[in-house]
Amino acid sequence: MSVDIRTNSVKPIRNTFAHLARRFGDKPASRYQEIAYDVQSEVNFHYKPLWDPDGEIYDKRRTAITMADWYALKDPRQFYYGSYTTTRAKQQDALDRQLDFAEKRDLLRQLPEEVRAQIVFALLPLRHYEWGANMNNCFISAYGYGTAITQAAIMATTDRLGMAQHISRIGLLVDGNSGESLTRGRALWIDDPAWQGLRRRIERLFVTRDWFEVMVAQNLALDGLVYPFFFQQFDKHIAASHGTGLSTLTDYLLRWHEETAKWVDATVKTAAAENEQNRAAIVGWFLAWREAGIDALKPIAERVLGDAAEAALGAVAAQLDARAAKLGLKV
Amino acid sequence: MAADGDLKPIKKLSLKENYALLTRGLGWEPTYEKKEEIFRTIDFEGIKIHDWEKWEDPFRLTMDAYWKYQGEKERKLYAIIDAFQQNNGQFNVTDARYVQALKLFLNGIVGLEYASHRGFNILGREFPGVGPRIAAQMQAIDELRHATTQIHAISHYNRFFEGMADFPHQFDRVWYLSIPKSFFEDAVSSGPFEFIVAISFAFEYVLTNLAFMPWMSGAAFNGDMSTVSFGFSAQSDEARHMTLGIEVIKFLLEQDPDNVPLVQKWIDKWFWRGYRLLALLATMMDYMLPKRVMSWSEAWTIYYEENGGALFADLARYGIRPPKYADVTIKEKQRVSHEMWSIFYSVRNAVGFPVWLPSAEEMDWFSEKYPDTFDRYYRPRFEHWRELEEKGTPFTNMTLPQLCQVCQWPCIYTEPDDPTEFVHRETEYQGETFHFCSDGCKDIFCNEPEKYVHAWLPVHQIYQGNCFPEGADPTAPDFNPLVAALQYMGIKPGVDGGLMSQHVDASRWEQWTSRPANLHEGAITQAVRKTT
Amino acid sequence: MSNIQPVFIALQANNDTLPIIEAICSDNPQAQVNEYPAMVKINCPGRMVIRRSSVEERMGRDFDLRELQINLISLAGEVDESEDEFVLFWKA
Ligand SMILES: [Fe+2]
Ligand SMILES: [Fe+2]
Repeated sequence: MSVDIRTNSVKPIRNTFAHLARRFGDKPASRYQEIAYDVQSEVNFHYKPLWDPDGEIYDKRRTAITMADWYALKDPRQFYYGSYTTTRAKQQDALDRQLDFAEKRDLLRQLPEEVRAQIVFALLPLRHYEWGANMNNCFISAYGYGTAITQAAIMATTDRLGMAQHISRIGLLVDGNSGESLTRGRALWIDDPAWQGLRRRIERLFVTRDWFEVMVAQNLALDGLVYPFFFQQFDKHIAASHGTGLSTLTDYLLRWHEETAKWVDATVKTAAAENEQNRAAIVGWFLAWREAGIDALKPIAERVLGDAAEAALGAVAAQLDARAAKLGLKV
Repeated sequence: MAADGDLKPIKKLSLKENYALLTRGLGWEPTYEKKEEIFRTIDFEGIKIHDWEKWEDPFRLTMDAYWKYQGEKERKLYAIIDAFQQNNGQFNVTDARYVQALKLFLNGIVGLEYASHRGFNILGREFPGVGPRIAAQMQAIDELRHATTQIHAISHYNRFFEGMADFPHQFDRVWYLSIPKSFFEDAVSSGPFEFIVAISFAFEYVLTNLAFMPWMSGAAFNGDMSTVSFGFSAQSDEARHMTLGIEVIKFLLEQDPDNVPLVQKWIDKWFWRGYRLLALLATMMDYMLPKRVMSWSEAWTIYYEENGGALFADLARYGIRPPKYADVTIKEKQRVSHEMWSIFYSVRNAVGFPVWLPSAEEMDWFSEKYPDTFDRYYRPRFEHWRELEEKGTPFTNMTLPQLCQVCQWPCIYTEPDDPTEFVHRETEYQGETFHFCSDGCKDIFCNEPEKYVHAWLPVHQIYQGNCFPEGADPTAPDFNPLVAALQYMGIKPGVDGGLMSQHVDASRWEQWTSRPANLHEGAITQAVRKTT
Repeated sequence: MSNIQPVFIALQANNDTLPIIEAICSDNPQAQVNEYPAMVKINCPGRMVIRRSSVEERMGRDFDLRELQINLISLAGEVDESEDEFVLFWKA
């Protein structure tokens, strides 16, 4: 007996799910679309959350931003879990080779002591900045509205933990796996006057209740200053007299930031374009947090770049302003 | 001065040391903002934590390792899903009945995975300790994975079968899908400690093995490589989560003796809530798998009585006892799937998938697996219903059932000690009467009536006229409230439910595969060639 | 007195897991193997150890115990994992 499946004569009765067909027509949907759209519950919630008795479990009112369709906030990278993890695994693989090379050649350990101290001063406290950014993105993922935003935000959350761990590894390359640089970085973050501005802003974000403000503040304004400052300006400064050993390890952070900026920019741009109130709120948040960020970076920049600090910070701010202009945030 | 030449060799780090260094001290005591303003939801439940650092992550996964191994799992999984789709693997499953179970999976469970993602996001933000926050975040993204891979694994079926196309819409509206929906919303709307005891421990550790081991092995047995690959791959994440679940329980119990009664209360509640949810699975295992690996009763014996027994023996040293009403689950294991399938059969015109009566072969299997109950209580019922079907007057029940205020199943369970007597439990709260399927559900209500009065009970909502599609006119002379309610739920009357033998999935299946839509009942169309 | 409540590990039944299952059986004489469609479930009273060296011997290559995740389905018991051993156990 042979089972004859006349598959060539079989035509599907529909090409995709009904909710996707309503959005895009009845054609095969991408794997991104299948998870990013409409999977979050919208109606008929059963209970009042004990942690927010006046709200619903998923509630559009947890930000001042309004959207006719929250699924307009899509991720241009089209990451779904599988494409996200395999992309990161591949990048990590390449990075592991760099780390291995740096370890075998003692690239960071053999730098002069004062340079190593500078690297520890400038980069190791960023472990905690990243951990703060992790918490802030998790806030977006917890209280944001719609599958599209929460899935991208949880990926950003785990990314930030990955970045904190990567910076820790740079520290271990500097201190030969003793962990001293991590202890020092932590002390700087907690006590050093130069770092307090940044820590204060991060803590401020921990009590900021509007998730879209957190998005603008952390992922656009602060990251838009911090990443170019440390991984371009500071890195350039070290590379100028001590070679590109450090750059081979920070390049990863910079590339990650470029990639994630695509998601951040698309989200902010779309929300700002939705209506005038959104735009005004976003501009207000952006300006305040841009100011705060520059303010916070100033003392650090002066410590690590001296006279060159102002020019470096100016370049970074100009870069961010140009980016904001492209997003429709007139500054 | 370059230190080249006189550097001590770098000390090699073990996994544990590496994890400890990379995550050590990431958190800090805030000084610019008040801690209670940063972590606002961890006090109201009454759980006392003295030292968050005592939390240990048994897997010590750093993100690089997470990406690497999860990426590898994803590559494997999608290779299988791709091959399945290219080969039209949906036609290799045993028969068209098997596909009906996938409708419950997609419509009822994807939403749970997503809700779980959201619940763990909250914990990933709100727990003050670094270790528990990382654990919660990893679980949050894992649960997103499960929602994603589940959709992708079943997506191809949707192109060939009815009843799956509108799964998010149905999850929010269909009457029996409020069983899973209310379960997870109950958890997510609780405080963070109750949530983690409910989901990581009571649900995942104690109960999910039942869903993902025997059921998925059954999917493999019925030829569905796509779903089994998704299921096993998801459960390997759950294995990590379960280990965290145990860690959570021990952490809470060790932190303060006052936590013990709270944890016990939640174990009791969530064990019962989870058990009632799994009645759906019991029904799928016993009735919807054309070829069976084991019965619900056997699965309950292995995965709850034996493995759960080991777990609770281990927890006894903390003063934790096995969940309340565990004895009832053991009494019910010989009945629950038969009782629930009977409900679905009798209200089949109001459900999103077709149903059927068990064949002679299947009833013999039930007699063997359920020696104390099947021949006595259920065989006569099914034989009678078969006669009615053959006469052209199939048994049906069009009155909407009374739902349990807590678990939201119809109140058609039977007394623990008398399978012929329906359970009726009720209580008054603020002048209103509430109904329950069991003592377990009634207890849950009585502990928190102010929460459960808000339950969105579909049958009540239908009677109150809240479940009509937009633009419906209840005053029109030809208005049929039941049809309108089905439309609201996203169930197509006359297409989605009814009898398997009359369902469009069945006739299409026979056209496409030349095999009977129901393995045991012979062909219903001319499309099936005689092969003997 | 040691606890003899059962622990278990369940692995996907495929070519990659054959050497792992063999290693478990030889390192845990009390292990009991149950085969199901697409799945192998190994029970063991009290404690079960998976040794890297035993797996490597049978696989003929280096094996990182974290690779277990790839073919794991489920487990029961507390976990203690190091470079060399993956142990499932119940405390006495
Ligand atoms: Fe899950
Ligand atoms: Fe109930």
